[in-house]
Parts: sequence; C-alpha cells; structure tokens
Amino acid sequence: MEFIDILARIIPPAIFFASPLIFTALGGVFSERSGIINIGLEGLMVMGAFVGIVFNLTFHEVLGDATPWVSILVAMIVSAIFALVHAVASITFRADQVVSGVAINFLALGIGLFLTKQWYDKGQTDMVDRPFYTIDIPVLNKIPILGDLFFSGWYLTSYLAIILAFAAWFVIYKTPFGLRLRSVGEHPMAADTNGINVYAMRYVAVMISGALGGLGGSVYALTIALNFSHATIVGQGFMSLAAVIFGKWHPLGALGAAIFFGLAQSLSIVGSSLPLLEDVPQIFLLIAPYVLTILALAGFIGRAEAPKSLGEAYVKGNR
Amino acid sequence: MFANRTINILIPIISVLLGLLSGAVIMLVFGYNPLKGYAALWTGAFGDAYFLGETLRQVTPYILSGLAVAFALRTGLLNIGVEGQVFVGWVASVWVGVAFELPMILHLPLAVLAAALAGAFWGFIPGILKAKLGVHEVIVTIMMNYIALYLSNEIVRNVITDGKDRTDSIAPTASLASEWLAGMTFYSRLHWGLLIALFMALVMWFLLNKTTRGFELRSVGFNQHASNYAGMSVGKNIVLAMVISGAFAGLAGAMEGLGTFGYMSVKSGFTNIGFDGIAVALLGANTALGVVLAAFLFGTLKIGALNMPTVAGVPTELVEIVIALIIIFVASSYMIRWIILRFKKEGK
Repeated sequence: MEFIDILARIIPPAIFFASPLIFTALGGVFSERSGIINIGLEGLMVMGAFVGIVFNLTFHEVLGDATPWVSILVAMIVSAIFALVHAVASITFRADQVVSGVAINFLALGIGLFLTKQWYDKGQTDMVDRPFYTIDIPVLNKIPILGDLFFSGWYLTSYLAIILAFAAWFVIYKTPFGLRLRSVGEHPMAADTNGINVYAMRYVAVMISGALGGLGGSVYALTIALNFSHATIVGQGFMSLAAVIFGKWHPLGALGAAIFFGLAQSLSIVGSSLPLLEDVPQIFLLIAPYVLTILALAGFIGRAEAPKSLGEAYVKGNR
Repeated sequence: MFANRTINILIPIISVLLGLLSGAVIMLVFGYNPLKGYAALWTGAFGDAYFLGETLRQVTPYILSGLAVAFALRTGLLNIGVEGQVFVGWVASVWVGVAFELPMILHLPLAVLAAALAGAFWGFIPGILKAKLGVHEVIVTIMMNYIALYLSNEIVRNVITDGKDRTDSIAPTASLASEWLAGMTFYSRLHWGLLIALFMALVMWFLLNKTTRGFELRSVGFNQHASNYAGMSVGKNIVLAMVISGAFAGLAGAMEGLGTFGYMSVKSGFTNIGFDGIAVALLGANTALGVVLAAFLFGTLKIGALNMPTVAGVPTELVEIVIALIIIFVASSYMIRWIILRFKKEGK
C-alpha cells in the first residue's frame, strides 16, 4: 500500500473523530482559563447531543436542508443555559468545582434519558433523517495529494472546528476580553483591583464552555451517533478535558491534542488493515490517549502548567 | 442556637429533602402524581422481602465505593478513579474465582484480597504521581478509569476467556452468595458482602479516629504545610490514603464479582458504582456512619426507582435527576449554611 493511500485512510476518520473533541476542548479552555474546572464537559456534551437529536427529529420536515445547522445552534444555546447550573453552584455558591461538574454530568444524563423516555417512550430516540453528510470541496479536491487528504470526504463541521480553534486563540490571546479572561484565571484579586468583574467574566467563560460543549456533543450526535441514548456520549467529554490539559490550556494545543486523540481512535479502528500497525493489539491504541495524558501531566512530555487560580472560588475581600 | 455540628447534620438532610422535592415538582410538571410516584418507589425498595434483599444488595457496593471516596477526601484528595478501581477489583476477584481450585476458607479470602490489592494498586499510581510530582489526582484518576475499562475488557476477552464476552461463573468456593440469605428474601441476590461492607465502615472509622496514622491522614487533609512542619511525611500519607481508598473501591468490585453477578462481562461503559460513590461520600459528610446511611438512601432510590415505571408510569431516570440535584445542593452547602444562619439571625 502506498504511503499516501495509508494517509488517506487515516486522516479523514481521524478528523472525523476529532471534531467534536475539538469543539468541546475549546470550551474547556475558556472555562479553565477563567479559573473554573469543568469536569462537566461530559454532561454538556450529553445535553448538546440530546438537544441536537431531538431538535433535528422534531423540525426536519420544516427546516429541510438547514436542519442540522439549526440543530447545532439550538444545542449550543441550550447547553450554554444548562452550564449556568455549574456557574451558579461553583461561582456564586462556591461549591467545589469538581463536585459540581460531576453533578452536571449526572444531571445532563438524567434529564436527557428522562425526557427521551417521556417523549419517545423508549430508551433511545429514532435515527435522525438529516444528519451531516461528508462533502467534497469543489475545485480544491482536484489538487493532487492534498485534495484527497484534506478536501474530500470531510464534514463541513470539521473545517468549522479547526477555524474555531484559531478564532479561540485570537480571542484569548489577542483581544482585551481574552486578556481579562486569562487574568481572572491567574490572579482574580489583581484582576478585580483593576476593575474587572471577576464573577461576570467567569460566568461568561462557563457559558461559552457550555455552548462549545453543546456544539461538540451535537456535532458528535449528528455525524457519528445519529441518535440519542445512554451510550451516545461515553467519555468524549472526559477525553476533551484530557485534550485541554494535554494541550496545556492553549486553544491550538487543545486542537493538536484533540486531533491526536482522534488519530489514536481512528487507528484503533482502521489500524488492523494497515501495515506496521496490524500487529499492534487494539488495546494499546485504545488506551493510548489516556496513558499519554497521564505522562504529559507527569511532566514526561513537557510540563503542563495550569492557570494559577484554577479550582479556587473567588471570594471578594479574601486574601 | 445552631451549633456548627447541628448545621453539618442539617445540610445533608435539607439537601435530600430539596432533591426529593425537586423530583416531585418534575413529576408534577410532567403530569404524574408525585405521591403515587414516591409510593411506588417505597414499595419498590421495601415492599416485600425480595425488594428489601435487592435494595440491601445495591447498598453493599455503594457503602464501599462511598468509603473509598470519603477516605481519600479526608486526606484532601478527590478520588474520581473509584470507578476504575471498582473495575480492576471486579476483574481481579473473578479471575481468582475462576482460575483456582481451593477450599473455600482459602479461596474466598484470596479472591477478596485480590480485589482489594488490584484496587489499591490502581489507587497507588495517582497517589505516587501526586506525592512525587504534584500531578493533580483528579485528572489522573479520570484517565485511569478509562484505562481500567479497556484493560478489563481486554482481560475478560483475551486473558481469562478465549474471545468470549463474559467469563465463566466463579467457583462456588469463591462465592459470597448465600442460599440462606437468598432464601430469606425470595431469591434476591443479597449476599454476605454486606457484612464485609459494614465491617469496612468500622475499619475506616477506627483507622481514622483511633490510630496515629489516621490522625496524620486527617491532618494532611486539613493542612499539608502544618503537617509537614509537624514532621509528618505528606507524600507518604497521600500515597497511603489513595492506596486504602483504592482498596475499598476494589472491594466494591469484589461485591459485584463474587456476590451479585459471579462473573465479569465485557462492558461498553461504566457501572456508575464509583461515580455514585462520590455522591454517597458527599452526602455522608465523609464519615463512616454517614456513608453507610447515604449508601442506604441511594440504594433505596436506585432499586425503588425500578418499580416506578410499571406502577406510577414515571421513568426510572427521574431518580438520576434527583441524585444529581442532591449532589448540587450538598456541594452548594454554602448557600444552605447562609440561609440557615439568616433564619437564625432573624429568629433571635
């Protein structure tokens, strides 16, 4: 098999698996950069997947071709609002952020499954009629080699994910808003002294992470899962969290980490048909993302420095 | 006057009531009768001997996973990896259960011990990483959960069996199941593990409250720097706390492997015993007695909920929402504390 052929078989599925992780991980970056740990990414994805699927099933006749796009938009909005639960608990009520995040995960799954039973009278929804489809970009897909790898057989949402990662980088590092966001996560008291509203910034950041987590979940649901059940989102949120940390809390780092995890996942599926990898037991590819994250944290792959005030509730006037 | 102690007891009780109340509101909103719903839950948990047996069966692993989370929290560590430690404990106990032929007096303790050791090892890794390198235990334990999940599946499929999706049933000599207990409860899956779980609660209480080591563990939980200054080894205590916590979790796995199921199968996702353990520990205020009581509550909710769809038409998942809300309320104890103190001021 030729090298290019191998790449053409690995790269599109890698990006395909990575896109939902990229969205969600970017959400994680926003939240954690503002100093709020977001273990609830998993739950936010669940909420996004649920809303995306239900909206799609309900409105596909009215909206036609626009259905999946409107679905992910609605999923973003609902998840952003849902993330407020985490924000209120951990910012205003000073709940332990990890615990509150865990509760978000329970709550999202509970609500999603409860309403699924309520509305569809069974454990999972029907398959959606209008998911996203892969497309070939006209003209660009005629470029030799690159056209096959990057411009044919991708989902539009995958391009969106990559563009959004650069947009997030721009927002966090090149705008006043981003500077404030980072300062609130590093030293909230100093930020407060400079007139930045720490609570407001953190609320906004958690809601952005809700929106992006919802986007990730709904994109996952409308490209990969195609329905909603208890097994739709199993661990993608935690993997996104891993991507945040593996990417050292940097949007482009998270992008790279998510693509890497997607690659590992894609290899664990198509790997058995590839030379070199066919002899590697699948289990190693399955656990690779997690092992690598632990190694990254342990400092074997460059030290990952968390935002200074990550996990601490900001109490005005406390020193 | 409300003493601090009273408030600490009031918070979990108020949280549970608020959680159940929210559940009732949700039932009302969706057109169910909440009284009927909760009555169905009650019958489903205690209605007859079989349901009671199943409830106690569900309580058993919850006690242990709750103890695991609570023990680590007392040393200031959040062990989200209980789920993974349950998995490795489950696999280890079943492995010993099917692989050996021994008299019961050796086989059963060996299988239980294997589970505890496997869990302890799974807790040791995040412990040592935290102690030596300062790596946050939360992320490491989450990652360890997934590694445990995939590794367990691999071991079930390719090591214990030859490509099958579940192991053989364990030898009767390694089983915790009891015909006497089952017979008493209309053949529920109640097993002797409940005694192990209760005994472990006693062990945790004794260890933390009556020994020097326990004092050190708690001290590190309160203030690492002061403990260090007082000459205690912070790192050693962190590792020890994670190892013991992992051992409790591993035992919870043994309850499933040797008691409830008697085998291990390939799993597509988590069992939630470990994640529910976080809720149990939080509600139980990280004390041994509190954990037992909270485990009892959650076991009741989980098993009772199974009766709700048939009797009251309410989806089982309502209970998941109630449990999630209870955690949020307990976690937001700042709010409840604030409200109690407000009332106290006005009452004066």
